[in-house]
Parts: sequence; structure tokens; C-alpha cells
Amino acid sequence: MSEIAIRAEKLGKRYHIGERQRYLTLRDVLTNAAKSPLRLFRGTTAEASNHSERHIWALKDVSFEVREGEVVGIIGRNGAGKSTLLKILARVTKPTEGLAEIHGRLGSLLEVGTGFHPELTGRENVYLSGAVLGMKNREIARKFDEILAFAEVEEFVDTPLKRYSSGMQMRLAFAVAAHLEPEILLVDEVLAVGDNEFQKKCLGKMDQVSCGGRTVLFVSHNMGAITRLCHRSLWLDSGRITRIGPSDEVLAEYQARYLLTRAEWVRPQADHSTKEFRFLSVQLQNNDSQTASLFATNEPVYVEIRYDVTRSLSACQIGVRVCCSDGNVVFTTSDADHAEVSALPKNSGCYRARFAIPSGLLRPGTYYLTLGAHMPCRSVYDLLEEAVVFEVSAVGSLTSLDGRLGVVAPLIPWETCKEQEAICG
Amino acid sequence: MQDGLLAQAGQRDSPIRPASIRLTIAPPSSWVDLNLRELWQYRELLYFFVWRDLKIRYKQTAIGAAWAVLQPFLTMVVFSLFFGRLARIPSGGLPYPIFYYSALLPWTYFAGALQNATNAMVEDERVITKVYFPRLFLPLAAVVSGLVDLAIGFVVFLGMLLYYGITPGKASFLLPFFLALAVLTALGVGLWLSALNAVYRDVRYVLPFLIQFWLFASPVAYPSSLVPERWRGLYGLNPMAGVIEGFRWALAGHGEPSALLLSASFVGVLLFAAGGIAYFQKMEGIIADVI
Repeated sequence: MSEIAIRAEKLGKRYHIGERQRYLTLRDVLTNAAKSPLRLFRGTTAEASNHSERHIWALKDVSFEVREGEVVGIIGRNGAGKSTLLKILARVTKPTEGLAEIHGRLGSLLEVGTGFHPELTGRENVYLSGAVLGMKNREIARKFDEILAFAEVEEFVDTPLKRYSSGMQMRLAFAVAAHLEPEILLVDEVLAVGDNEFQKKCLGKMDQVSCGGRTVLFVSHNMGAITRLCHRSLWLDSGRITRIGPSDEVLAEYQARYLLTRAEWVRPQADHSTKEFRFLSVQLQNNDSQTASLFATNEPVYVEIRYDVTRSLSACQIGVRVCCSDGNVVFTTSDADHAEVSALPKNSGCYRARFAIPSGLLRPGTYYLTLGAHMPCRSVYDLLEEAVVFEVSAVGSLTSLDGRLGVVAPLIPWETCKEQEAICG
Repeated sequence: MQDGLLAQAGQRDSPIRPASIRLTIAPPSSWVDLNLRELWQYRELLYFFVWRDLKIRYKQTAIGAAWAVLQPFLTMVVFSLFFGRLARIPSGGLPYPIFYYSALLPWTYFAGALQNATNAMVEDERVITKVYFPRLFLPLAAVVSGLVDLAIGFVVFLGMLLYYGITPGKASFLLPFFLALAVLTALGVGLWLSALNAVYRDVRYVLPFLIQFWLFASPVAYPSSLVPERWRGLYGLNPMAGVIEGFRWALAGHGEPSALLLSASFVGVLLFAAGGIAYFQKMEGIIADVI
């Protein structure tokens, strides 16, 4: 039985809403004081009772234990308190109530490039960031070459950081972080940096870290990475623990609850509308023709639509709109895209249509399909808004999570060759 | 099944390693507890912060560290002209350049250190909200790194002494004492202001005025002997009064400061430093939330 590394007991953190604004100005305080001069002297108790409704608990009653050598994932939606929990354990901020005990040397990576300064050179930044993250001077000196090699920036070691590309900065930052060797490591979503090649390297390093008997607390939205790295997971919701347990169980429950994916839509039996056109069902399928709602970025998403036409239609176009979770339309496709007319005539009968959203196109995220059948510029026969919902994740590989901009992340093959010197002149 | 699993807390029988490195995280206490052992453990980081301040200070400037000399030197020229030649402030027989430069050395240090210390927390906001270390090191590093500029300015002063043929007397052995007084004053006030600045950015606008007023409340442009005798104790509570008179005395042998003034300054330093540390410690726990 291994020993306890982290023990949290009824941890709670309360934020005043007022404190969350950018910063107070003296004027605010003075005007408040002018309005009720006594409050200044009455101090915090009056303040608290006055604004009792103006605070939120970012974390409440969080109790858990982590044993030595365990790798524990922390999951939850934005604002669930994941980062607050890490910040408390990292001693960046103090809890409002409760207690935590840490047994061992603790290092925290809440951000990539903590302590970096743009004016300093790569070499200087490695030392500075290393020191800020808790490394000793000797330790940094010993690992210095290794860090540079890992970041692949050896030749720019004496160039100021501000001249680095953002990719290089990220790589250097992660390289420093990856060479931390605390007994307990707190990591907040820092894996998603750099290009694919570098991400693989980082994941390898994380594997090494988690196998090395170190205790790791790992916050991530990347379910793939959590499954792969963490034995157990802690699911936070609105500051409270919803579940702790083996990662696969917790993740399954979490995904069922939140990802709200809907692999299939079937017209309810009770619906006896006698319209000329009715969608019967929509189904999402994976490569093996299994119904699915979770896809990896490198998998195609098959969409199968069944509909029923009761009266022959002279022109009918079936369109599918793919929207991402913020409501933006990623693209629209229709069954007449390859025909010479915008809509095809359809005789009465049952139809089955199928198409694939190609692999390597969508970014990781949640997508909604809206289906419509209409006569272009005339009438809408049937409309299914957000009929099915699916999730594209970077499971297994950490590809295309490198923070590049864009609605889609298509895998486009490049051809690069060296031009003849004569042509270049 | 609980083996190696993340268990809900409550089983108090779990074995705990016999206090190798054990850390308890608890809500902020109202007590001031300056953890000297922790400061000592983190001492390398202080060194790195000082080193960073020095590296960055004159990056991408054309004349670099020459600024450390130019600032007090040019002020000395202006003061010598206006306060000396025109206003005929009594300098106790010292040449005006020596009279003013010996006071401007500690004053320039103090003003610079105070300014850097005040901004230290805000400038490192990102680090403060991401990783733990004794926050005290940020203003402390600003105060310490200013000493390098002081040292550079001091070398120029030695040249001036040579030029005017002045030999410092025995009092020069007291220089480290006055220097320590200056450092402690800058640190004490810097701690107050840096913590305040983290919460109220108004501090940044108040600071230039504060430094200007403080300059006139200190015997930089005039000797403290101009202050009426009965007010001198109160006047001395401004620690910079003791520091500047002390520097003048130690460096140029100009009039020994009165014991009253010195002891008042000593009390003043203790008040500023103790108050600064206490306030800073109190704020340290919440700074990451409000900065």
C-alpha cells in the first residue's frame, strides 16, 4: 500500500464577484467609504454581510486523497473549479476553508513559459524559468543541454526570446517544464503545444513521467490524454466533486452526461403527419458502420439519412448543415451538389442517402447537424434542427490541437522541393 | 479495492511519510508569520530575480549602464547651479558638486528602488498567478538590484573626491550602516506600495508625487541644519534624512549629523520596515486573487 501524497479535506474557495473585476481603484473605496464611513472601521464582517449574495464558491467541500505514484486526471467543464483546485494545491492562492496536505516536493505547471521574459536570451530564460518553477541552479546547469536538445533550439540559444517564433517559444517552455523533477507534479492543460512531431515527444515525456513513480495531477479537456495517462480521474462540477474513480468509468459517465452527443434521430412513432416529405431517421456511423457519436480527427463521419416521399416532387434538395458548438456553420452539403441542377425530382417512395464527412477535416469539438428538405427558393418540406450531435476528439494522438486558427483543420498534403539555384538567381 | 486508488478522504488511518517534506495548505491566518526558513530555501530564486532585473534594466538602450551615472550626475549639475550658485544654500564648506552628489547617490538609489519595488508585483502578475514562491522576493529583488547602479555611481564619486582632493574621514567606516538603513527604508516602503499597487493601481499615479514630496522632505537640496532644532526629531523620523546626512558625513566628512536625528531615523526605519513586512504578509495570501 503506497503512501499518501496529497490529501485534501473539505477544500473551499470563495470569490467575491467584486474581486473578479480587473482591479479596484482607490476611488471606488473612497466613494464607498463616503457613503457609509463606518464600514471602514467595522471591517470585514460588515462587508461580508452586506454582500453575502455577491460571492461564488469556485470550490466547495472538495475532499480526496492521492497516493504516491498515482496519476490522476481532473475533468470538468469550464468554470468547474479545476484550475482553482490546482492553484490551491500549488499554493498560488489560499483556500477559504478546508485543509490540504502535501507530502513531497511539489512542482506546478499551470502555464507554459512561466517566468519567461522576452528580452532575455534562450539560455537566460531556461535558467530563469527553471528557477521560478523550483529547480536549483545546479540542476538546471546539469540538464541544460538536454533541455535545448528537447526544444530543438540549440542554435538560437543566445538569441533574445522575442525573436523566437511562437512555436519555438512554446517548445522551449515545455522543454524546461518537462525537465522538472518534483515528486508531485500539477499540470494544467499544457500538453497542447507545438506541432504534431513535438506533441508526440511531449506525450512520450509525460508517459515517462507517469511511469517514473511520480505523483501527477493532470487537468485536461483532452479525453484521449486523460485515458492514456491517468489511472484515476476526478470529475468536478460547479466546484464540487461529482465522481472519483477509475478513469474509464468516470470518463464514460462524464461523456454520457455532458458531451450530449446524439448518434441517432428517429421519427417518433406517434408522429403521423401526412406531409409530402418526411425525414424518417438520421444516423451517424463510424468506419465499421457502427452507430457512433464520438469520432477521432482521423476518422470519417458517415451520415445516413432515411426519408419518405408520399407525393412525387418535381424538385427536392436535401441539405445538411454542419455547425460547431458556438453556432457557426462549418459547411453545408447537399445531395444535388454533383448534379447539374440545384435540386432533383423525387418520385414517391422511401429513400436512403449516405455521405461521409472526410477524415482530417474537422477540428476537435462538438458538431451539430441540421437537415432540411426543400425546393430551392420556394418551400421547405421538412426541417430537422440539430438532429444529431457528435464529438470529434483528438483521441490517441494529439494532432491538430496546436492552437492554430481556423474553423476547420484539414490535412492538406504539401509538396516542397528545392528550386534550382539558377532560377533563384 | 482501495489500494492505489484515489479514495474519498476520511480514512485517517492511511500511513503518512514521517514528515520529510510536509506542507499544510490552510486558509489565510490573521497572524503575521515571516517564514525565514522558507526564504532561505528559496534563496536561489532571489538571486535569479536580481540577475533578471539587472539583465533587463538596460536592454535595448543605447548607452546602457551609463544611465546609472547620468541620472545622479545631471541632477547634481542642476542642483549645484540652482540651489548652490543661485540660492546659495550653505554647504558647510564643501564644493557644491560633492555636497549634492553625496546626497544624490543614496537618494537616486532610494527613488529608483522604491519605484521598481512598487511595480514589482504588478509586472510579474503572470508569474504570481501561476506558481508559488515567497512573494517578498519580487520587491526585495528590486531593492537589491538597485545597489548595482549605486555602486556604479559610487565609482564616479570616488573620481570626484580625487578631483577635489577630499579624503573621507573615519566616518566612512559607517557607510555600510547608512547603506543598510537606505535599503531597509526602500524595502519597507516598497513592500507597502507594491502590495497596495497590486490592489489599487492608483498607486502608480501617486508614486511620482510621493517621490517628489519625499525629495523635499529629505536633506538632499539643503543640509538638515537648516531645519529648526526643535523640529529635528520629527524631521528625522523620515529615515532618508538620517541616510542622506549619514552619507554626506561618511563620504565627504561634512558635519556630523545630530544623535537625535540619527536615532529618530533609526526608529523611522524600524517602523517602516516592520509595517511594510506585516502589511505585505497580510496581503500575500490574497494578492493572486486580486492582482
